[in-house]
Amino acid sequence: MSLLELRKLNKHFGGLHVTNAVDLTLEVGEIHCLIGPNGAGKSTLFRLILGEHHPGSGDILFAGDNITALKSFARIRRGLSVKFQVPGVFKGLSVRQNLEIALQSQHRGARLGEEIERLLVFLGLESEQAQTAGNLSHGQKQWLEIGMAISLKPRLLLLDEPTAGMSPEETHMTGAMVQRLNADGMTVLAIEHDMAFVRQVAQRVTVLHLGQVFAQGTIDQIVADERVAAIYLGQAHA
Amino acid sequence: MSGFVSFFRRLEGPQTVGRGPAFWSLFAVVMMIALAYPLFSDGYTVGNTVYFFVWVFIALSLCLIWGYGGSLSFGQTAFFGIAGYGYGVLTLNFGSAYGFTLVALVIAVAIAALFAVLLGYFMFFGRIAGVFLGIVTLAVTLMLERFMAQTAGPEWHIGSARLNGFNGMSAMPPLTIPWPGEPIVLFADVGLYYFVFGLLVFVYLALRILMNSSFGNVIVAIRENPERAEMLGYDVRKYQLITFVIGAALAGISGVLYTAWGQYITPSSMGMTAAALPLIWVAVGGRSDLTSTVVGTLVVLAAFQALTIYGSQYALIFMGVLLVLTVLIAPNGLVLGAMNWLGRLAARLTQRVS
Repeated sequence: MSLLELRKLNKHFGGLHVTNAVDLTLEVGEIHCLIGPNGAGKSTLFRLILGEHHPGSGDILFAGDNITALKSFARIRRGLSVKFQVPGVFKGLSVRQNLEIALQSQHRGARLGEEIERLLVFLGLESEQAQTAGNLSHGQKQWLEIGMAISLKPRLLLLDEPTAGMSPEETHMTGAMVQRLNADGMTVLAIEHDMAFVRQVAQRVTVLHLGQVFAQGTIDQIVADERVAAIYLGQAHA
Repeated sequence: MSGFVSFFRRLEGPQTVGRGPAFWSLFAVVMMIALAYPLFSDGYTVGNTVYFFVWVFIALSLCLIWGYGGSLSFGQTAFFGIAGYGYGVLTLNFGSAYGFTLVALVIAVAIAALFAVLLGYFMFFGRIAGVFLGIVTLAVTLMLERFMAQTAGPEWHIGSARLNGFNGMSAMPPLTIPWPGEPIVLFADVGLYYFVFGLLVFVYLALRILMNSSFGNVIVAIRENPERAEMLGYDVRKYQLITFVIGAALAGISGVLYTAWGQYITPSSMGMTAAALPLIWVAVGGRSDLTSTVVGTLVVLAAFQALTIYGSQYALIFMGVLLVLTVLIAPNGLVLGAMNWLGRLAARLTQRVS
């Protein structure tokens, strides 16, 4: 069963065709990675899915419903959630308050406190809970934002470069975190440049190039594809 | 019962400075001094103090919208003026019998809030933000000033209330509380003092509870990062609109109280200078906290008045300098900076003692 379905999605910025008739289907329960060179249109595709941009044409279906016309917050309430490329935490607020704001729409009172504690432990941020989020290290900010994103208990989690700026060790830990979430039933779509991460978590990989779906398959199939290697070296049209 | 307790627990929280027995003891002492103060002063001075209190509501409205919400409204005076004129028109037409002045207060504030619903809807649902919000709100208040200034002719009246153009309206009745025997007329001295002070304490505590609630959480989240707030499922526009309307009502309270206090209101109350001054009080005090806004506003107002009385025509220039200094030295506000410094000092001292 498909959870997310993009049908002939198009987006122009002036004369620039950033998303070109993209068809993409995400199955329930899979971890799907989106890769491609800079400017391939990966982040734009995320913004279309989230409703920050509106497509020129095409449809977005989530759990069978057409959500193309919905506002962002309404899509989130249906079970989408995102971690942005640049960590989007509430910098001036404490770590605890960041999580409280994410969790308060589902829990109240003592239950809210318990959920915050549980999430702090899951993210390894217990000792930082009173810290101002802006003072966290880059990796910790990434985790905090992942924590906020997953606290909504989304059916589909979108991760835009979740390991950017992380050490190999932190990258591996993030991968393990994603796998744990997936084991609990969360479907994940991740944009990622780090091939070690993609290899660790991805069940399927889609390569985006010049706004189009260029290739799709398992990581081994993608790595073996000479055309994919060529676009990464900038020789697609050579 | 537990809901009741947790409601009042929100008097303290991450969004408001001041917590624990030390803060609330100080609060109680200040309350007692403020309640006893009219007994040791003369009517004129008390009336003058009421004048200061009157402005605190519009300062709190900016604290809410700008300090907590992150949207700079340059036109809170528009709501001040609408409510002030509203009170004038209503009471000049219907008088002050049967407690109507209190009803007029509520209606006038409601009219200002309703206007904010309309204006705010177009601004926030049109996704106007940042400096443009300031420009639109400033334009609105200046437009209202211009409009009211040209209503001098006899054709400009609502019922029996003449609008009077640049000279403004006057001679509306003061707030009057119906009382068996003889109604209590709140002239600008002790009577009005207790009324306004009571209202101020109520609003201050209510805002503390509001800002430490889940609603307040979302408001500061929108200030910090509106995109993230939306991506947590919050309809940012709705929250911004509600905050804007509450702020407009607070500015409206200032407008009504000001009109009732001096029994006059003029278009210049919505002019450029009037619009800029609250920004300075709030910025100097510390816009992101209720307590520092109240303290800062009262201190700056008192200093400003002292300057204008004791022969300096440079009071407005002093206000400008004060704003520049605040931005340079303590961008979050001088009072808030001092309060945080005192808090750290107290924490260090208690640590050393224990």
